[in-house]
Amino acid sequence: MYQYDHYDQAMVDARVEEFRDQTRRRLEGKITEDQFKPLRLMNGLYLQLHAYMLRVAIPYGTLNSAQMHALADIADKYDRGYGHFTTRQNIQYNWIKLEDAPDLLADLAKVEMHAIQTSGNCIRNISSDHFAGAAADELIDPRPYAELLRQWSSFHPEFSYLPRKFKIAVIASETDRAAMKLHDIGIQIVKNDAGEIGAAFYVGGGMGRTPMIAPLIRDFVPLDHLVTYAEACLRVYNRYGRRDNKYKARIKILVHELGAEEYTRQVEEEFQHLLDQGVEPPRAELERIIPYFADPAFDDASKDAIDRSNPDFADWVDANTHPHKRDGYVSAVISLKPVGGIPGDASAHQMHVMADLAREYSFDECRVMHTQNIVLPHVRKSELYALWQKLESEGLGAPNLDTIEDIIACPGLDYCSLANARSIPVAQKISERFAAKGRTKELGELKLKISGCINACGHHHAGHIGILGVDKKGTENYQLLLGGSEAQDTALAKITGPGFDEEGIVDAVETATDVYLSNRENGERFLDTYRRIGMAPFKEALYD
Amino acid sequence: MKILTGNDLKTGAVVWWDGTGWSLHVNDAVDTGERADEIAASEESARRVNAPYALEATRDENGVRPAHIKDRVRALGPTVRPDLTLKPKDPEAMDWVI
Repeated sequence: MYQYDHYDQAMVDARVEEFRDQTRRRLEGKITEDQFKPLRLMNGLYLQLHAYMLRVAIPYGTLNSAQMHALADIADKYDRGYGHFTTRQNIQYNWIKLEDAPDLLADLAKVEMHAIQTSGNCIRNISSDHFAGAAADELIDPRPYAELLRQWSSFHPEFSYLPRKFKIAVIASETDRAAMKLHDIGIQIVKNDAGEIGAAFYVGGGMGRTPMIAPLIRDFVPLDHLVTYAEACLRVYNRYGRRDNKYKARIKILVHELGAEEYTRQVEEEFQHLLDQGVEPPRAELERIIPYFADPAFDDASKDAIDRSNPDFADWVDANTHPHKRDGYVSAVISLKPVGGIPGDASAHQMHVMADLAREYSFDECRVMHTQNIVLPHVRKSELYALWQKLESEGLGAPNLDTIEDIIACPGLDYCSLANARSIPVAQKISERFAAKGRTKELGELKLKISGCINACGHHHAGHIGILGVDKKGTENYQLLLGGSEAQDTALAKITGPGFDEEGIVDAVETATDVYLSNRENGERFLDTYRRIGMAPFKEALYD
Repeated sequence: MKILTGNDLKTGAVVWWDGTGWSLHVNDAVDTGERADEIAASEESARRVNAPYALEATRDENGVRPAHIKDRVRALGPTVRPDLTLKPKDPEAMDWVI
């Protein structure tokens, strides 16, 4: 895991003191809210439905136990005892007092964390595969490159005032676990025919009101030109992205309007121009970073067999562990989706527990997943049972990864000032319905994602089943979508038809799963059945 | 009736104009009539409130009820965490929002 050097620490500490002074001046009336708002947003502090909300950056979702403990302490000291892990691999606190915010940021800085660039029209937190550095199917660990991009993008003067916010994801597996093609830039580390490692660039994806899948604009960029190529992509966007209409300002609109071919031509031209400008960090910087992501001291003698005699444990192993690159190890997912729970929420106590488990079982490391769960990336198979027992005792052992109970849901109208409908109660009712009927396991992989407004923080466009909450004459209404995917088979879901009320949407989800089960062939996934039979049978069952 | 709400500048708490100051309880909200904008401007410049805005509401025997669900959620607290609402022990509280 990357550790701050004295430059990093000095920058973050200086920013805390700068914000302390800005906050003092605001509270003393020396600056107006119009003057202060952009300053607090630069430090991740929003004014939401009930209070100030702080979004803390977790680069590529990676945390050590001290950082997770600190997040728990912040939840207790400055909030109401909990935090919300987000689809951007960050954490948000919902009940922050403005007068406390500088002290909170100072506490974060003590564990090498901050909230810089978690808001605003800048390059946001770089996200990555939550199994990075551990996955069996990985080409290399993508996180040193994510870290290089993080350092390049932090405080980048040219890209601090882009037309809109900008999100980058980096992966290094064929299996996309970071929704890479639904980012402004998705970078996949690849190997070319000559056996060289490089990066494929997908540019212009995103969800929101105009969802688009990013086209591949270059299939191989040498890794020692990675940052330069990213800079070229940003430069063209910064130059031509629309600033007159925020709804048309994302890079996906520019790429769509110009056409991927013309956008690529301009990027290539800019890239050639930049190649001799010294944009790329020296190789020595990458070599300095890489050791921070070196493998931990794996035990070569760790046994590969798992005692599956306890059926509940076996279910959890089947659902919540992922193959590791080393024999004798797995990555273990801690579900933050208990039946009837709030997706992504964790109490301070649970955060302390997860921190302790990371230290005891996973070389002091855990990760936030974009699906709002937590990963312990390196767990000995021989210690899985003990880990599971502790998770069970803390309400963290739900065996539901990638099932209909593993719902992504944005905060919705319960917390967010942008939302039109509540997301969380719908998620709770669906997980309760399917758990009560005992159908979750039978349904297999089924990704359900709920957003409370068109901004799509709940990734409804990418759900095998998606739900979008809208305002219909002052009441909550929920549209059902089918057929989306954020994985390597990225697809955008389609609306089935007229929306439903809160109870109706839960029934509609059940109806859709009934159609799936009655049409399923050869154990195919919901998504594959939908792709094979199309929308018509679902519409017929839902609306006739 | 037209009532006025905002967030307390220091704490961010949702507050309602009660005629002389700001209350945490929507039932204390008063009809501001045509004075909402004037009060909002004055209170904002005095640094007592942030992002104030006026909204339609009704008053009946149960108290003041904002017209739109978003403002009812603001008034009560998140409907998914009764322990964090202004009526943590009232099992009927959520019905008030919907």
